[in-house]
Amino acid sequence: MSYLASHPLRVATLLGGHVEIVAVALAVALLIAVPLGLFAARRPRLSPWLLGTLGAIYTIPSLALLAVLVRAFGLGFAPIFVALVVYAQFMLARNVVAGIAGVDPAQVDAARGLGMSPLQVLLRVEFPQALPVMIGGVRIAAIAMIAIATLGGYVGGVGLGVLIFNGLTLHQPQMIVAGSVTASALAVAVDALLRLVERRFATA
Amino acid sequence: MSSITFDGVTVRYPGAESDAVENVSFECDDGELVVLLGPSGCGKSTLLRTVNRLVPLAAGRVRIDGNDVNALDAVELRRSVGYVIQAVGLFAHMTVAQNVAVVPSLRGWSRDETARRVDELLRMIGLDPAAYRDRRPSRLSGGEAQRVGVARAIAARPRALLMDEPFGAVDAIVRTALQRELVRIVAELHTTTLFVTHDMDEAFRLADRIVVMRSGRVEQVARPQELFERPATEYVRDLVHAGDDVYRRYFMRGRALLRGLAE
Repeated sequence: MSYLASHPLRVATLLGGHVEIVAVALAVALLIAVPLGLFAARRPRLSPWLLGTLGAIYTIPSLALLAVLVRAFGLGFAPIFVALVVYAQFMLARNVVAGIAGVDPAQVDAARGLGMSPLQVLLRVEFPQALPVMIGGVRIAAIAMIAIATLGGYVGGVGLGVLIFNGLTLHQPQMIVAGSVTASALAVAVDALLRLVERRFATA
Repeated sequence: MSSITFDGVTVRYPGAESDAVENVSFECDDGELVVLLGPSGCGKSTLLRTVNRLVPLAAGRVRIDGNDVNALDAVELRRSVGYVIQAVGLFAHMTVAQNVAVVPSLRGWSRDETARRVDELLRMIGLDPAAYRDRRPSRLSGGEAQRVGVARAIAARPRALLMDEPFGAVDAIVRTALQRELVRIVAELHTTTLFVTHDMDEAFRLADRIVVMRSGRVEQVARPQELFERPATEYVRDLVHAGDDVYRRYFMRGRALLRGLAE
């Protein structure tokens, strides 16, 4: 822990960078995954294929994917950002589909029967009901993204991974510990925070 | 106010070998409570759901006040027709008041008018507005939930009310109370009501007229008394005389009495 104590500003800056890349990637990933998930939820025959494809992408080892992305985008912010967005798709879209599929059919029947348009049924009934499950997806995705984002230290010089990879190169175990402990603490904190949000939106 | 006319109504679900509803014709007069009675799978719910176009017709016509429902905008039509289902389907993320206010808000009522109507309805169904307004559906008993379901359906003063086994999931004592309340409310509001059930006793307690259905077809349309005295088919005869028919005669008289008091 001595590195953390002696270089708090350095660690804080890298932590800020780590949070930033995960947050931006998560926001962009949501912009893709939510419409994708809603589309799949409406097409039960297509959705296993779509989720299967996203799941297959998810199983590609992150280092291998990064190697390909570095060839495509060069070193820096871009490859790790794209990797994070791509990985998150499976967890986010899957939970959008599961959330919508889990909505009580009686409530959807009542909503239609009372005269909600298809868009109103989605926005006023299905979406709010599916929200806790969707937030659960965000939580799982965010934690995985915090872990994967450490590779940004290797390919882009961003985030807490910088400490880990520099520590490896310079044989400085204290740096490695500082980077990994801070990243883990971030993951635990985000998990706890999103659990609270999830509970806030639970209906039962 | 409103009549519902079925004219040669036929429904066939995609991929099905036979019609779910086959050439059904009858009329539900203004202010009348008509019960669709039959075993599960006889097509009674399907027939009910043709009125608010949740189920498309293969042939025939359904009219409300002479207007072909297929010529009306489906969403507008549904907002003008109340709908209650067995599973209730109260929106779990909304309060009781928000649930009751759904159709008034869809129809653009003002906030004040809606709030006043919600309280009026909660009192009508016997739930104290102050205690129940802000409750979540998860904190209601089965009977309370279905009362709110009924309030939600009649909130925007619909011209007709469709009820699909609404009291099928509550216990016998609560069911009797709900039936009694329904008779009172329907008489009070004079709302034309179609009510689906497989429960003979319920049908006899509630109905002005009963439509007996069997495998997609109508066996007989008659007043409860008539079903006893002149059953049109063997099936209807067996149906009305299954179980305790003395008990049913008793309830028919009780109901006539209730109607008389309300009027």
